[in-house]
Amino acid sequence: MINQIVFLYFAAVIVLSAVLTITRRNPVHSVLFMLLLFFHIAGVFVLLNAEFLAAVQLIVYAGAILILYLFVVMLLNVDRESKSDRANRFWPWIVAFGLVIFAEIGLLVARGSFPLEGGQIMNKTGIKELGIDLYTKYLVPFEIASVILLVGLVGAVMLAKKKND
Amino acid sequence: MIPLSWYVLLSAALFTIGVVGVLTRRNVFIILMSIELMLNAANINLVAFSHYLQNLTGQIFVIFVITVAAAEAAVALALIILLARNRGTVYVDEFNIMKG
Repeated sequence: MINQIVFLYFAAVIVLSAVLTITRRNPVHSVLFMLLLFFHIAGVFVLLNAEFLAAVQLIVYAGAILILYLFVVMLLNVDRESKSDRANRFWPWIVAFGLVIFAEIGLLVARGSFPLEGGQIMNKTGIKELGIDLYTKYLVPFEIASVILLVGLVGAVMLAKKKND
Repeated sequence: MIPLSWYVLLSAALFTIGVVGVLTRRNVFIILMSIELMLNAANINLVAFSHYLQNLTGQIFVIFVITVAAAEAAVALALIILLARNRGTVYVDEFNIMKG
Protein backbone atom coordinates (compact mmCIF):
# COMPACT_ATOMS: atom_id res chain seq x y z
CA MET A 1 0.00 0.00 0.00
CA ILE A 2 2.72 2.45 1.00
CA ASN A 3 4.69 1.34 -2.08
CA GLN A 4 1.75 2.20 -4.31
CA ILE A 5 1.39 5.66 -2.80
CA VAL A 6 5.12 6.31 -3.24
CA PHE A 7 4.94 5.07 -6.84
CA LEU A 8 1.96 7.31 -7.61
CA TYR A 9 3.82 10.31 -6.20
CA PHE A 10 6.89 9.54 -8.33
CA ALA A 11 4.77 8.96 -11.45
CA ALA A 12 2.82 12.19 -10.98
CA VAL A 13 5.99 14.26 -10.54
CA ILE A 14 7.67 12.53 -13.51
CA VAL A 15 4.78 13.22 -15.90
CA LEU A 16 4.28 16.77 -14.65
CA SER A 17 7.94 17.72 -14.89
CA ALA A 18 8.21 16.09 -18.33
CA VAL A 19 5.33 18.23 -19.57
CA LEU A 20 6.93 21.32 -18.03
CA THR A 21 10.27 20.38 -19.63
CA ILE A 22 8.89 20.43 -23.14
CA THR A 23 6.70 23.51 -22.68
CA ARG A 24 8.95 26.10 -21.00
CA ARG A 25 10.22 29.02 -23.08
CA ASN A 26 13.58 29.33 -21.35
CA PRO A 27 15.85 26.29 -21.97
CA VAL A 28 17.49 26.79 -18.55
CA HIS A 29 14.11 26.20 -16.86
CA SER A 30 13.66 23.10 -19.03
CA VAL A 31 17.00 21.72 -17.87
CA LEU A 32 16.08 22.33 -14.22
CA PHE A 33 12.73 20.53 -14.60
CA MET A 34 14.64 17.71 -16.28
CA LEU A 35 16.84 17.51 -13.17
CA LEU A 36 13.71 17.05 -11.03
CA LEU A 37 12.55 14.34 -13.45
CA PHE A 38 15.84 12.44 -13.19
CA PHE A 39 15.73 12.48 -9.39
CA HIS A 40 12.25 10.96 -9.43
CA ILE A 41 13.22 8.34 -12.02
CA ALA A 42 16.02 7.35 -9.65
CA GLY A 43 13.31 6.95 -7.00
CA VAL A 44 11.38 4.63 -9.31
CA PHE A 45 14.56 2.58 -9.77
CA VAL A 46 14.89 2.25 -6.00
CA LEU A 47 11.29 0.98 -5.86
CA LEU A 48 12.32 -1.66 -8.42
CA ASN A 49 15.28 -2.87 -6.29
CA ALA A 50 17.83 -1.35 -8.68
CA GLU A 51 19.81 0.76 -6.22
CA PHE A 52 23.00 0.76 -8.31
CA LEU A 53 21.12 2.06 -11.35
CA ALA A 54 19.52 4.76 -9.20
CA ALA A 55 23.00 5.92 -8.20
CA VAL A 56 24.18 5.76 -11.83
CA GLN A 57 21.13 7.73 -12.90
CA LEU A 58 21.94 10.50 -10.44
CA ILE A 59 25.71 10.54 -11.02
CA VAL A 60 25.84 10.13 -14.80
CA TYR A 61 22.55 11.57 -16.02
CA ALA A 62 21.91 14.33 -13.52
CA GLY A 63 25.52 14.97 -12.65
CA ALA A 64 27.25 14.78 -16.03
CA ILE A 65 24.89 14.86 -19.02
CA LEU A 66 22.52 17.47 -17.66
CA ILE A 67 25.33 19.74 -16.52
CA LEU A 68 26.77 19.50 -20.05
CA TYR A 69 23.40 20.65 -21.40
CA LEU A 70 23.31 23.47 -18.87
CA PHE A 71 26.81 24.60 -19.85
CA VAL A 72 25.97 24.72 -23.55
CA VAL A 73 22.62 26.44 -22.99
CA MET A 74 24.32 29.12 -20.93
CA LEU A 75 27.29 29.34 -23.34
CA LEU A 76 25.10 30.17 -26.32
CA ASN A 77 22.91 33.17 -25.91
CA VAL A 78 19.42 31.80 -26.47
CA ASP A 79 17.06 34.27 -24.82
CA ARG A 80 15.69 35.41 -28.18
CA GLU A 81 12.89 32.86 -27.78
CA SER A 82 11.03 35.24 -25.47
CA LYS A 83 9.85 37.00 -28.63
CA SER A 84 9.39 34.20 -31.17
CA ASP A 85 7.21 31.08 -31.17
CA ARG A 86 7.96 28.08 -29.00
CA ALA A 87 6.40 25.41 -31.21
CA ASN A 88 5.88 25.01 -34.92
CA ARG A 89 2.46 25.60 -36.42
CA PHE A 90 1.39 21.92 -36.40
CA TRP A 91 1.48 21.51 -32.61
CA PRO A 92 -2.24 20.89 -31.91
CA TRP A 93 -2.29 18.04 -34.42
CA ILE A 94 0.90 16.56 -32.98
CA VAL A 95 -0.44 16.72 -29.42
CA ALA A 96 -3.60 14.92 -30.57
CA PHE A 97 -1.38 12.35 -32.30
CA GLY A 98 0.53 11.84 -29.04
CA LEU A 99 -2.71 11.31 -27.14
CA VAL A 100 -3.71 8.69 -29.71
CA ILE A 101 -0.37 6.87 -29.25
CA PHE A 102 -0.81 6.89 -25.47
CA ALA A 103 -4.40 5.65 -25.76
CA GLU A 104 -3.28 2.80 -28.00
CA ILE A 105 -0.56 1.70 -25.57
CA GLY A 106 -3.06 2.01 -22.71
CA LEU A 107 -5.53 -0.17 -24.60
CA LEU A 108 -2.84 -2.80 -25.19
CA VAL A 109 -1.88 -2.76 -21.51
CA ALA A 110 -5.51 -3.00 -20.44
CA ARG A 111 -6.10 -6.02 -22.68
CA GLY A 112 -2.91 -7.85 -21.72
CA SER A 113 -2.14 -9.76 -18.55
CA PHE A 114 0.68 -8.46 -16.38
CA PRO A 115 2.09 -9.92 -13.18
CA LEU A 116 1.06 -8.22 -9.96
CA GLU A 117 4.00 -9.34 -7.86
CA GLY A 118 7.66 -8.62 -8.48
CA GLY A 119 10.44 -10.98 -7.50
CA GLN A 120 13.34 -10.05 -5.32
CA ILE A 121 16.15 -10.29 -7.85
CA MET A 122 18.88 -9.36 -5.49
CA ASN A 123 18.49 -10.71 -2.02
CA LYS A 124 22.18 -10.36 -1.19
CA THR A 125 23.99 -7.57 -3.02
CA GLY A 126 22.80 -6.52 -6.42
CA ILE A 127 26.00 -4.78 -7.48
CA LYS A 128 28.01 -7.99 -7.23
CA GLU A 129 25.68 -9.96 -9.50
CA LEU A 130 25.50 -7.04 -11.92
CA GLY A 131 29.28 -6.75 -12.08
CA ILE A 132 29.79 -10.48 -12.61
CA ASP A 133 27.26 -10.50 -15.47
CA LEU A 134 28.73 -7.35 -17.00
CA TYR A 135 32.31 -8.64 -17.05
CA THR A 136 31.60 -12.21 -18.15
CA LYS A 137 28.46 -12.59 -20.22
CA TYR A 138 28.38 -9.04 -21.61
CA LEU A 139 32.11 -8.37 -21.94
CA VAL A 140 32.06 -7.69 -25.70
CA PRO A 141 29.16 -5.19 -25.54
CA PHE A 142 30.96 -3.55 -22.62
CA GLU A 143 34.10 -3.04 -24.74
CA ILE A 144 31.99 -1.75 -27.64
CA ALA A 145 30.40 0.74 -25.25
CA SER A 146 33.87 2.03 -24.36
CA VAL A 147 34.64 2.45 -28.08
CA ILE A 148 31.38 4.43 -28.43
CA LEU A 149 32.49 6.71 -25.61
CA LEU A 150 35.85 7.22 -27.33
CA VAL A 151 34.07 8.12 -30.57
CA GLY A 152 31.92 10.61 -28.67
CA LEU A 153 35.00 12.18 -27.08
CA VAL A 154 36.98 12.50 -30.32
CA GLY A 155 33.92 13.62 -32.30
CA ALA A 156 33.02 16.36 -29.84
CA VAL A 157 36.58 17.72 -29.81
CA MET A 158 36.89 17.58 -33.60
CA LEU A 159 33.53 19.28 -34.20
CA ALA A 160 33.85 22.05 -31.66
CA LYS A 161 37.41 23.12 -32.45
CA LYS A 162 38.07 26.24 -34.49
CA LYS A 163 39.00 25.87 -38.15
CA ASN A 164 42.00 28.20 -38.23
CA ASP A 165 44.55 26.08 -36.31
CA MET B 1 2.84 -4.62 -4.50
CA ILE B 2 2.76 -2.44 -7.58
CA PRO B 3 1.43 -4.09 -10.77
CA LEU B 4 3.80 -4.16 -13.72
CA SER B 5 1.23 -2.41 -15.92
CA TRP B 6 1.63 0.78 -13.87
CA TYR B 7 5.29 0.97 -14.83
CA VAL B 8 4.43 0.29 -18.47
CA LEU B 9 1.84 3.06 -18.46
CA LEU B 10 4.27 5.51 -16.80
CA SER B 11 6.88 4.70 -19.41
CA ALA B 12 4.33 5.07 -22.22
CA ALA B 13 3.32 8.50 -20.91
CA LEU B 14 6.95 9.62 -20.70
CA PHE B 15 7.69 8.31 -24.20
CA THR B 16 4.64 10.05 -25.66
CA ILE B 17 5.65 13.35 -24.06
CA GLY B 18 9.11 12.90 -25.60
CA VAL B 19 7.66 12.25 -29.06
CA VAL B 20 5.43 15.32 -28.83
CA GLY B 21 8.39 17.41 -27.69
CA VAL B 22 10.57 16.28 -30.60
CA LEU B 23 7.87 16.96 -33.16
CA THR B 24 6.60 20.30 -31.89
CA ARG B 25 9.43 22.36 -30.43
CA ARG B 26 11.60 24.68 -32.51
CA ASN B 27 14.51 24.98 -30.09
CA VAL B 28 17.08 22.29 -30.80
CA PHE B 29 18.02 22.02 -27.09
CA ILE B 30 14.49 21.05 -26.13
CA ILE B 31 14.44 18.51 -28.97
CA LEU B 32 17.58 16.87 -27.58
CA MET B 33 16.09 16.85 -24.08
CA SER B 34 12.96 15.18 -25.47
CA ILE B 35 15.19 12.44 -26.89
CA GLU B 36 16.61 11.99 -23.39
CA LEU B 37 13.04 11.70 -22.10
CA MET B 38 12.36 8.86 -24.54
CA LEU B 39 15.58 7.07 -23.52
CA ASN B 40 14.50 7.35 -19.90
CA ALA B 41 11.11 5.88 -20.71
CA ALA B 42 12.88 2.90 -22.25
CA ASN B 43 15.06 2.63 -19.14
CA ILE B 44 12.04 2.49 -16.84
CA ASN B 45 10.57 -0.29 -18.97
CA LEU B 46 13.83 -2.26 -18.98
CA VAL B 47 14.29 -2.04 -15.21
CA ALA B 48 10.63 -2.90 -14.55
CA PHE B 49 10.70 -5.98 -16.77
CA SER B 50 14.05 -7.00 -15.30
CA HIS B 51 12.52 -6.82 -11.83
CA TYR B 52 9.40 -8.78 -12.67
CA LEU B 53 11.22 -11.42 -14.76
CA GLN B 54 13.92 -11.83 -12.07
CA ASN B 55 16.62 -11.40 -14.68
CA LEU B 56 19.49 -8.92 -14.50
CA THR B 57 19.89 -8.45 -18.27
CA GLY B 58 17.55 -5.48 -18.33
CA GLN B 59 19.64 -3.60 -15.79
CA ILE B 60 22.81 -4.24 -17.81
CA PHE B 61 21.10 -2.85 -20.89
CA VAL B 62 20.20 0.28 -18.94
CA ILE B 63 23.91 0.82 -18.30
CA PHE B 64 24.54 0.61 -22.05
CA VAL B 65 21.66 2.99 -22.78
CA ILE B 66 23.14 5.54 -20.37
CA THR B 67 26.55 5.17 -22.05
CA VAL B 68 25.08 5.77 -25.49
CA ALA B 69 23.08 8.74 -24.17
CA ALA B 70 26.26 10.32 -22.81
CA ALA B 71 28.13 9.92 -26.09
CA GLU B 72 25.13 11.18 -28.05
CA ALA B 73 24.78 14.25 -25.84
CA ALA B 74 28.46 15.13 -26.27
CA VAL B 75 28.41 14.85 -30.07
CA ALA B 76 25.02 16.56 -30.44
CA LEU B 77 26.01 19.50 -28.26
CA ALA B 78 29.21 19.93 -30.26
CA LEU B 79 27.10 19.99 -33.44
CA ILE B 80 24.78 22.58 -31.89
CA ILE B 81 27.72 24.80 -30.93
CA LEU B 82 29.00 24.53 -34.51
CA LEU B 83 25.58 25.32 -36.00
CA ALA B 84 25.01 28.24 -33.66
CA ARG B 85 28.45 29.62 -34.47
CA ASN B 86 27.91 29.35 -38.22
CA ARG B 87 24.22 30.21 -38.56
CA GLY B 88 23.61 32.33 -35.47
CA THR B 89 20.41 30.53 -34.45
CA VAL B 90 19.28 27.44 -32.54
CA TYR B 91 15.84 27.06 -34.17
CA VAL B 92 15.50 24.01 -36.38
CA ASP B 93 13.19 25.66 -38.93
CA GLU B 94 15.86 28.28 -39.67
CA PHE B 95 18.45 25.67 -40.64
CA ASN B 96 17.91 25.55 -44.40
CA ILE B 97 21.48 25.04 -45.62
CA MET B 98 20.57 21.88 -47.51
CA LYS B 99 17.52 23.40 -49.18
CA GLY B 100 17.81 23.46 -52.96
